[in-house]
Amino acid sequence: MMNQQTAWLSVLIMALVTALLRILPFIVFGGKRKTPKLVEKLSRSLPYAIMGMLVVYCLKGVSFREAALFVPSLIASAVVIALHVWRRNTLLSIVSGTVCYMLLVQLVF
Amino acid sequence: MKKLIKKAFIATLPVLTGYLVLGFGFGIILRSTGFSVLMAFAMSLFIYAGSMQYVAIDLFTGGASYLTVALTTLMVNARHLFYGISMLDKYRGTGAKKAYLMYTLTDETYSLVCGELSGVQETDRSLYYLLVSLMDHIYWVTGSVLGAIAGGVLPFSTEGIDFALTALFLTVFTEQWLSARDRRPALIGVAASALCLVIFGSESFLIPAMLVIALTLTVIKEAKP
Repeated sequence: MMNQQTAWLSVLIMALVTALLRILPFIVFGGKRKTPKLVEKLSRSLPYAIMGMLVVYCLKGVSFREAALFVPSLIASAVVIALHVWRRNTLLSIVSGTVCYMLLVQLVF
Repeated sequence: MKKLIKKAFIATLPVLTGYLVLGFGFGIILRSTGFSVLMAFAMSLFIYAGSMQYVAIDLFTGGASYLTVALTTLMVNARHLFYGISMLDKYRGTGAKKAYLMYTLTDETYSLVCGELSGVQETDRSLYYLLVSLMDHIYWVTGSVLGAIAGGVLPFSTEGIDFALTALFLTVFTEQWLSARDRRPALIGVAASALCLVIFGSESFLIPAMLVIALTLTVIKEAKP
């Protein structure tokens, strides 16, 4: 656990890096220079791959040694995916999955 | 002016509901890990990146190093580079407003400003973009502050609410999966991360995973349209 001062400094770092990422393209490619082919190619594929990575990141705590460590995540994830394929409603998918997970960890496991 | 504000407000309604709910969830979780309402306010105002702020709570509780914080932010938010690239033309000539427009270019704001703009006069364009960006920013800060306040007084247990982040990413992933022409990048993201998780362990797999992803995407050929 970070102490308060470290956490505040981390917030500053996150804010600066995020702002830099958002402003940099305008500085680098803002003139008449043409955007390199590789950058254009990555700009099309990277968002998909990063989202896959973030899903794995979120589920990194899952362990198959004990039912309580994977069954709630598994069921709630299935609910999110199934609901989303069915209704394509982002908020509905997120809220339902989260409530389902909370009920499972609080009442069942 | 009044008409423009109304148009911008109507356009941002989907983001209003989304940001209030997700911001609220963020505020509750942050508070439950022992941080203040002020922290929620500052993070949402200055970082203003939803997924990253959820991940940040994980970094706080895990005691991550400054380097990990910087690198994780870099990778989680790298997609913003590409939003910027695709907005170069639209944000050209927006004058003094440009700094704020660039700074607040989140996923959701991008989804509202990237399309063709109709029914707005050429001279009002930059003002319209500013209104949309500002409204979204206000929704996000409001949601997180309300969540952080509620987090201290909620009458029921919030154990498990951190799943909201997983659900958010899963939803976006599913949406992209359904609409993508080429599903290999999504598969590469999952496979490379899972592989690195097994090899490097849950504490240090992110950076190698990002390298493998960037490298693989650089060498594969794009699918023909």
